[in-house]
Amino acid sequence: MNPDKVKIRVEHLRKDFGKLEVLRDVSAEIREGEVVVIIGPSGSGKSTFLRCLNQLEEATGGTITVDGVVLSDSQKEMNRLRERVGMVFQHFNLFNNMNVLRNLMLAPVDLKKCSREEARERAEKMLERVGLTEKARAYPRELSGGQKQRVAIARALCMKPDIMLFDEPTSALDPEMVGEVLEVMKELAREGMTMVVVTHEMGFAREVADRVLFMDGGLILEEGTPEEIFRHPQNPRTQDFLNKVL
Amino acid sequence: MLSILTKYGTLLVTAMGQTLLLALYGLLFACIIGLIVGIMSVLRNRFCRGFALVFVNLIRGVPLIVLAYFIFFGVPYFCNTILKIGGVKLTALEAGSVCLALNCGAYMAEIIRAGIQSVDVGQMEAARSLGLPYWRSMQRVVLPQAIRTMIPSIINQFIITLKDTSILSVIGFPELVNTAKNVVANTFMSFQTWGIVAIMYLIVILLLQRAAKTVERRLKYESR
Repeated sequence: MNPDKVKIRVEHLRKDFGKLEVLRDVSAEIREGEVVVIIGPSGSGKSTFLRCLNQLEEATGGTITVDGVVLSDSQKEMNRLRERVGMVFQHFNLFNNMNVLRNLMLAPVDLKKCSREEARERAEKMLERVGLTEKARAYPRELSGGQKQRVAIARALCMKPDIMLFDEPTSALDPEMVGEVLEVMKELAREGMTMVVVTHEMGFAREVADRVLFMDGGLILEEGTPEEIFRHPQNPRTQDFLNKVL
Repeated sequence: MLSILTKYGTLLVTAMGQTLLLALYGLLFACIIGLIVGIMSVLRNRFCRGFALVFVNLIRGVPLIVLAYFIFFGVPYFCNTILKIGGVKLTALEAGSVCLALNCGAYMAEIIRAGIQSVDVGQMEAARSLGLPYWRSMQRVVLPQAIRTMIPSIINQFIITLKDTSILSVIGFPELVNTAKNVVANTFMSFQTWGIVAIMYLIVILLLQRAAKTVERRLKYESR
């Protein structure tokens, strides 16, 4: 791992939904092994920014470069990119028609990343890692929110991604389940995974982030270490936001 | 009543067989048409969506009996007399199957469209985020879930189509209603004959509903 290597470079990213400008001009760099946490009020464009990184949203303008390759709209390259960029959603989005094990094995087997046996082995290993070995045969509707989210993380990890995106992974959880999910994420961060996390968990940002970005109105208004952002925010909007949430 | 059954029983049962055959052909092609048009109506491509919209509205806007006359009499006439191709002739079974397939297909397309749209978009996004291509995600994740919610409406449509076969008696297909008409003409026992016919339809449809319930129960997602 090389902390100077830029994994993702975003330059002048713009995104409109019709007349609504969600991202106005966003530029950022994410280096290998770095944990970047994005905070900001609702509607500031955080989620849209994240979704642009694995092309779930098509950018209106600007460029995104991952590992030196500029993202294009070729379907084939898009699918290849997504294999390497894991995504965890606010509402988990586990496949309801499959049990946990099949949720984990679907993509690796279907995309011929490995044999069925290897996929199963890896799936079981990932389940063990998130502490849900005994739920392998359960269906999503039989799991609690926290368990679902841990399975979702395990599912993304089964593709051996080198970047993980988290879109408000704890926002839909009951308070007592937030901890178990954050624990898995911290573990992942310690192992050196490159992570981009949109969250309202300021405690997590403070503890785990290498860098914090504050977004509002489709722009990154301020960025810095957690210390800089939480202790000495410069931008009045950042100060205002932090006063409200802390 | 017994005299009808002993004398015309086999005839009526054979006619029911013809009804079922026609329904089977119709439904088979209706499923194919419904699936294709239904999927077309959720694609991003505007031509696909436009085609689906026109097809569904056209078929839904025309009564089945008119469609039957049009296909059975109108289309061969058009080919033979106007286009002068000559020798184009449809059997009642062929024309009937096409009618049912088009008619039921249009309604199926709507059921399938609604079914696909009822699956949370997050399911497709999650599949895509793992690198699965669109069609693969559709096939492995979205459609299986959509089909489960569609089953009751599809069975309902099957039953309607099964009963609609009776309309095709107007083009002379020897299905149950057409045959029963002949029986009445011979015996003048309309109360008994139509009573028997009604009960025959009822039995078949009850059996179909029974089968549907079993399928529905089997499709529940639970660890076993």
